[in-house]
Amino acid sequence: MSFYRIFTIVLRQLYLIRGSFSRVFPLFAWIGVDMILWGFLTRYLNTVALPGFNFVPALLGAVLLWDFFGRIMQGVTIAFFEDVWSRNFLNIFATPLLISEYVSGLVLTSILTSLVGLVVMCVIATIFFKLSFFAYGLMVMPFLLVLFLFGIALGIFGSALVFRLGPASEWFIWPIPAFISPFAGVLYPISTLPHWMQFISKILPPAYVFEELRAIIQGRTVSWMPLVIATVLSLLYILLAYWLFTRIYRSALRSGLIARYSAESVS
Amino acid sequence: MPILSVTGLTKTYADTVAVDDISFSVHRNEIVGLLGPNGAGKTTTIDMILSILEPNAGVIAIDGLDISLHRSQAIARTNFSAVYTPLPGNLTVAQNLRIFGRLYSVKDLPSRIEEMLARFDLVKFRDKKCGVLSSGEQTRVSLAKSMLNNPQLLLLDEPTASLDPATARDIRVKMREFATQGGGGVLWTSHNMYEVEEICDRVLFLSHGKIILEGNPKTLPAQHRKKTLEELFIAVAREPLTLREN
Repeated sequence: MSFYRIFTIVLRQLYLIRGSFSRVFPLFAWIGVDMILWGFLTRYLNTVALPGFNFVPALLGAVLLWDFFGRIMQGVTIAFFEDVWSRNFLNIFATPLLISEYVSGLVLTSILTSLVGLVVMCVIATIFFKLSFFAYGLMVMPFLLVLFLFGIALGIFGSALVFRLGPASEWFIWPIPAFISPFAGVLYPISTLPHWMQFISKILPPAYVFEELRAIIQGRTVSWMPLVIATVLSLLYILLAYWLFTRIYRSALRSGLIARYSAESVS
Repeated sequence: MPILSVTGLTKTYADTVAVDDISFSVHRNEIVGLLGPNGAGKTTTIDMILSILEPNAGVIAIDGLDISLHRSQAIARTNFSAVYTPLPGNLTVAQNLRIFGRLYSVKDLPSRIEEMLARFDLVKFRDKKCGVLSSGEQTRVSLAKSMLNNPQLLLLDEPTASLDPATARDIRVKMREFATQGGGGVLWTSHNMYEVEEICDRVLFLSHGKIILEGNPKTLPAQHRKKTLEELFIAVAREPLTLREN
């Protein structure tokens, strides 16, 4: 693997972002709106609820982490979509670039772009709503790590789907975080869910994150084993997503999909 | 050793045989024309050499490297330009050349980019987005990209299709210089038989996925009782079996 070529994929994205307001704006706009909306909601709930319970860390903290997860996933898929939108597959896959370098470049791009979003979220939450994200200190790092890894896995998975099904299928990818959120227990304990939904929650790493986040907020001791399980599950999903992407790439080599991608003739 | 060696290359899609057991080679300092009617298998062949399409059978070796075993090293020795594959329109000319130069690990890239911008008369378009350029200008950008890594094997799929006659002639001169002075080989497809006769040292006629004729474009028509290469092309398109028997 060549880090030089991996960074070239990142550089391409930086060129695109630098020259385009419509690419810069989404890096912070929607998460900013989310922070403000949920920030005021939690402030209102604090005025009407029983004293002693602070909704800010419980809801706003959860929304912040969920948005971080969504940014990571979209960071991967949008970098991939740039090649879809500019019909660049033939140019890029006819270079010495390895498929592992290409996927690594997408992931590295996502890390950089989602960091921008994370900083914006933390600034808004801290300044306007007194949610000190760093008050949890190093305890927050495992939560971020799990969400980061799972976001990467879903980003690669989503890119693989669009690679296989064609440009129009990108609309399957945007709602994926929304489909997962009811099962992940972002805003409520998993025990609230019916049994069959709880079963699905068990295979979703974010569900472990938000359960333990609530434990911290309620002053309970954090149990590290669920976070270990979530990390292992996330790593497994990354491997599965990467396997799927390379399998679809190899299938595309056999079917001629790369040369006729925009025709959606192989879907 | 040829710079490109193709042996027993075959590609089928379901019941359709797109390329049918073809073998040929391209040597250094040689420009080989790959000719044939639409759907003959020219682009499929080029796609397989570029390793974006996997053959059902056959071996492709670039500078002695089997692309099925040493894909990245073999592809680093090639480059291509195709009329149907413009570079991303949302990047500037200089950005596109930088990105692709890096993907091909071009040494001393900034000066090489300047050289290519000057050679293809693109200096004034350096900071223009490729999408706003005319089709002829985009073709020149694509050709500049294809020469960035000074490839041993250059694949050109209808490289002059969108160029005016003066620019097309200029490009032919540059490609001839590349082949004679650079030590590389060129595989060139075109439907302009005048151009093919002028630039190609050897031509291969493809029909229904098979190579049915091969030879010098200046002498091949007479060998098949045709006045011009264009007449021969039309005969290949309409009555390929007759020609195979000649």
